[in-house]
Amino acid sequence: MPTSVIKPVMSAEEAVKRITDGSSVMIGGFNYGGIPYTLVEALVDAGTKDLWLISNDTAYDDVGHGRLVVNGQVKKVTASHVGLNKSTQRLFNEKKMELELVPQGTFVERIRAGGFGLGGVLTPTGVGTVHEEGKQVIEVEEKRYILELPLRADVALIRAYRADRYGNLVYFGTNRNFNPAMATAADLVIAEVDAILEIGQINPNDVVTPGILVDILVLKGDSYYASRT
Amino acid sequence: MLPVLDEEIARHRIARRVAMEFQDGDVVNLGIGIPTLVSDYIPENIRVIFQTENGVVGAGPKPENEDLRFIGAGGRCLKPIPGGALVASDMSFGLIRGGHLDATVLGALEVDQEGNLANWWIPGKMVPGMGGAMDLVTGAKHVIVATTHCTKRGDPKILPKCTLPLTGAKVVSLVVTEYGVLRMDSGEMALEEIAPGVNLGEFKKVTPANYRVSDDLCQMKGCELE
Repeated sequence: MPTSVIKPVMSAEEAVKRITDGSSVMIGGFNYGGIPYTLVEALVDAGTKDLWLISNDTAYDDVGHGRLVVNGQVKKVTASHVGLNKSTQRLFNEKKMELELVPQGTFVERIRAGGFGLGGVLTPTGVGTVHEEGKQVIEVEEKRYILELPLRADVALIRAYRADRYGNLVYFGTNRNFNPAMATAADLVIAEVDAILEIGQINPNDVVTPGILVDILVLKGDSYYASRT
Repeated sequence: MLPVLDEEIARHRIARRVAMEFQDGDVVNLGIGIPTLVSDYIPENIRVIFQTENGVVGAGPKPENEDLRFIGAGGRCLKPIPGGALVASDMSFGLIRGGHLDATVLGALEVDQEGNLANWWIPGKMVPGMGGAMDLVTGAKHVIVATTHCTKRGDPKILPKCTLPLTGAKVVSLVVTEYGVLRMDSGEMALEEIAPGVNLGEFKKVTPANYRVSDDLCQMKGCELE
């Protein structure tokens, strides 16, 4: 069988070596759920610097990608909510880190635009608020919309439930959240999964993220949150 | 004198009243704080589908055994109801932004007589981020504000004009506090219900917004059940 469509399975340590200083990194997750914990922990250990972190939130100071912030590895955060991570707010207030806040629906639509080849999206969310400032507003059929630009990253670290050897992914529970969208919008997509199955063991009807979007597979580890989510 | 209410009584009064707004089959998103309590008071003769922005359509109560693979937007474990659906964030916010939610219930820092809502940021303090709030108030058919009438310091929250950064402009449908119910009606705020023990003069003193008193003003519904 040709091996090009078979996705490499690596350790988290090996996989995050592909991330270089200064990279933009999308990380899936909402609150505790759907974070690729094992990959994130490896990235903390690797100490890769000056990252542009694109994630819905920055988790907690001692949980998930919140630790990248605490560890001083992040130069910019794009997120919708950072209220649960005090370090994100402190570093932003001390002007040690950039912070771009985006309404959550706009956040995922910008990623979708980045992954789906769109030039942006028009949305009424944020019209008449500070979020409108500095953005292009376009009127369509007498309604005002903000033009929101696409978002892409060098790398996406995503979390899924199971993969097959082609990289096809299925998700579980509320761990799905931003992961399928992020899988479309990065040059390198690394998926952390509970199990890697043989080809044919995932029914094509059940696949959410087709394997052609996924570059590297990593099995989840046994840390506290990795094993519980 | 306005009746001084125990905070828990006030919070539950607000939640109970909000729950009376729903129709059978409504799809509703509840914010954190007082809005979360609303699910405890849904009348038995109607069925409401709760949506959480992290991807549950048909969120059920907290399960006996915690499973972090099923959480709500506040991070607490939940169980999807039988017949529920689990979706990704793009679908979840498609539901929110596409007008598929009948109502969203949120707290407020300030709300004003034009229906503007501020509930995400106090400049000079920490910046938590707007999360999904801007999407919810823009996309849901009805925006219900469930809040104590005044701040903990005693400052009124229902104002002629919001002073804090807005979450949404002209988006509010209904404001429910422990002292009464104000409904936005053709761009105007109308006092429809007032809590027992509160007279109109006292209500006005803690409500700087301009509002008219509805011809059908009545006692705040649900207070008789306390």
